[in-house]
Amino acid sequence: MVHYMNIFQLSYKNLLRRKLRTTFTILGITLSAWVLITLLGFNNGYENSLNKDIEGMGFQIVLTAKGCPYEAATLMLKGGTGLRYMPEEIVQGVANDPDVAQTTAMLMHAEFDPDKGENGGTIVYLGIDIPSYPELKPYLTFKQGAWFQNAAERKVVLGFEAAELEQREVGDSMLLPGSAEEYQVVGILKRTGTQDDGMIFLPLKTVQKVFNKEGQLTMLGIRLKQTADANAFEEKLYSLPDVQVVSMAQVKNTILGLVSSAKVIVLSIAFIAFVIAMFGVLNTVLMSVFERYQEIGILKSMGALPKDIFVMILIETTLLCTLGGILGISLAFVFSGASEMAIRFFLPFTPNGNLILITTPTVVWSFLTIALIGIIGGIYPAQRAAHIRPLDAIRSE
Amino acid sequence: MNIITAKNLTKIYARGVEKVFALNDASFVIKKGEILSITGASGSGKTTLVNILGCLDNPTSGVLTVAEQQVFGEQKELSEAALTLIRRQYFGYVFQKFFLIPTLTVQENIMLPSIFQKNLQTNLQNLQPTLEILGLTQRARHLPAELSGGEMQRVAIARALINKPQVLLADEPTGNLDSKRSDEIKNLLVTLNREQGITIILVTHNPDLAKIGSSAIELLDGKILKKSC
Ligand SMILES: Nc1ncnc2c1ncn2[C@@H]1O[C@H](COP(=O)(O)OP(=O)(O)OP(=O)(O)O)[C@@H](O)[C@H]1O
Ligand SMILES: [Mg+2]
Repeated sequence: MVHYMNIFQLSYKNLLRRKLRTTFTILGITLSAWVLITLLGFNNGYENSLNKDIEGMGFQIVLTAKGCPYEAATLMLKGGTGLRYMPEEIVQGVANDPDVAQTTAMLMHAEFDPDKGENGGTIVYLGIDIPSYPELKPYLTFKQGAWFQNAAERKVVLGFEAAELEQREVGDSMLLPGSAEEYQVVGILKRTGTQDDGMIFLPLKTVQKVFNKEGQLTMLGIRLKQTADANAFEEKLYSLPDVQVVSMAQVKNTILGLVSSAKVIVLSIAFIAFVIAMFGVLNTVLMSVFERYQEIGILKSMGALPKDIFVMILIETTLLCTLGGILGISLAFVFSGASEMAIRFFLPFTPNGNLILITTPTVVWSFLTIALIGIIGGIYPAQRAAHIRPLDAIRSE
Repeated sequence: MNIITAKNLTKIYARGVEKVFALNDASFVIKKGEILSITGASGSGKTTLVNILGCLDNPTSGVLTVAEQQVFGEQKELSEAALTLIRRQYFGYVFQKFFLIPTLTVQENIMLPSIFQKNLQTNLQNLQPTLEILGLTQRARHLPAELSGGEMQRVAIARALINKPQVLLADEPTGNLDSKRSDEIKNLLVTLNREQGITIILVTHNPDLAKIGSSAIELLDGKILKKSC
């Protein structure tokens, strides 16, 4: 509309002149914005879900038999193989320590089941102590039934996924490997989104007996009193023979260390994508300035000041970047599920829950970064355009 | 009253080691309200002269005064912005090529100077009369590509006039037009001069068009060969 003409209109109409070129430039920015947001979302999400997994354990410190610390870490979070054992007697000393609020002893047994999944899989049996285990994990709630009542019964509680896999309901009975006796299912847990979903829970004594591990434990979970100094307490435990102390903070750092190298690679990719996008903007805008050499000269003969032309070109780049940024952010949201699957595929250990968590500050910061990149890419062409003289246009034939 | 005074204007281009006097010691005055026609063979320096008069180009030496204000001369060179302000205040330009913005309609092209000069609202009141004078009322919403050459040049003239400049500079305004369209433009220029008192500086090869000048300058190799009133 002629009544509301302004410099902004000139800019955007110019972008419409070369639709294909404009589209490709915007696409370039879209892609780099997408990569950036997804990466930052991953940064948030990974740590966040790792924290959640770790808090879900209900205890801050775990004692295990001596072994590789990384193995111990995954053992706790996923229920791994290569289990080692320590004597039950250890519990008493630790439980009586004044810093300790509660302990819970566990015996884990992993069994390969050729019928599980397509290629077989590991079934994890966890012997737990009643009532300390449920007390430490109050968030474990039941879809059906309840916990067994004492430590030696032939009763079973199934995690949500384990129940689906075994196709059992409360009241059904099931067999354990290497035992002819039947065990009764007394409870099925609700889905928690943690490693607990896949477990088969049994009374501690039962597991010790069935799998010939009497008097032995794989783990002792320890929750400290609020007032206790975790570091000092850990120091005390190091004096115990043949056990290792794994604190959750340590587990977290070990795992974060493992993924940090992957992050560096992705960060470099994002950086490269950004540099490319910036040169894309610079190239597009510079080309359109050269194409409009005469036109810009004429605008100046009509009274446009250098700063008017500078602003006009900068608006063009800002428009490109804003559009690309908005599209990229939208893509990041739309495809966060797919990106998450890709990350799970490539990383050695991934916690449960949302790996990509896109927060408002992430969106705002990314958007500002993209806008800034665009403006930087636009400054040189805008500068060139601002200094075109009317005469250059008139004389150029 | 003199609107423009030119004193010893000289423009030298270096072509390799050789010096080309595109304009050689030109002195004259232009009175307010006159039509000055500038003629001469190709390469005689017409464009060079008119660009300097319109403050689009600077002379190598000499003094140019526009409405009592020295634009080029002994004093320090004016900045690009200062020159722009002088151009805004006094001049409208028309060239052999029309230089319309292809993405804007006729009326938008005409209003274009106003968005830089921040007088859009005032100039909108001039839009209808200007369209009428130039016979473009029916074409207001068309794009340049939909116009004939004569119409395009009329749009360019309208654009030059929208700010009501005191001086209209036209460098071969009919150079790209056939004789019928040229006549239209000629009559238009005469009308503008008579009815609105606009000073016109007109460069042309066309002797018929040159006749409308109330005074005339003929150039030869950058020198003023003949001056007449
Ligand atoms: N940028 C330049 N560099 C070098 N020489 C130039 C430049 N511009 C013009 N000239 C020379 O200056 C002289 C005058 O040129 P000018 O364009 O003023 O002539 P003109 O009378 O307008 O010609 P025409 O009728 O062809 O438009 C010519 O010899 C031309 O070659
Ligand atoms: Mg010329």
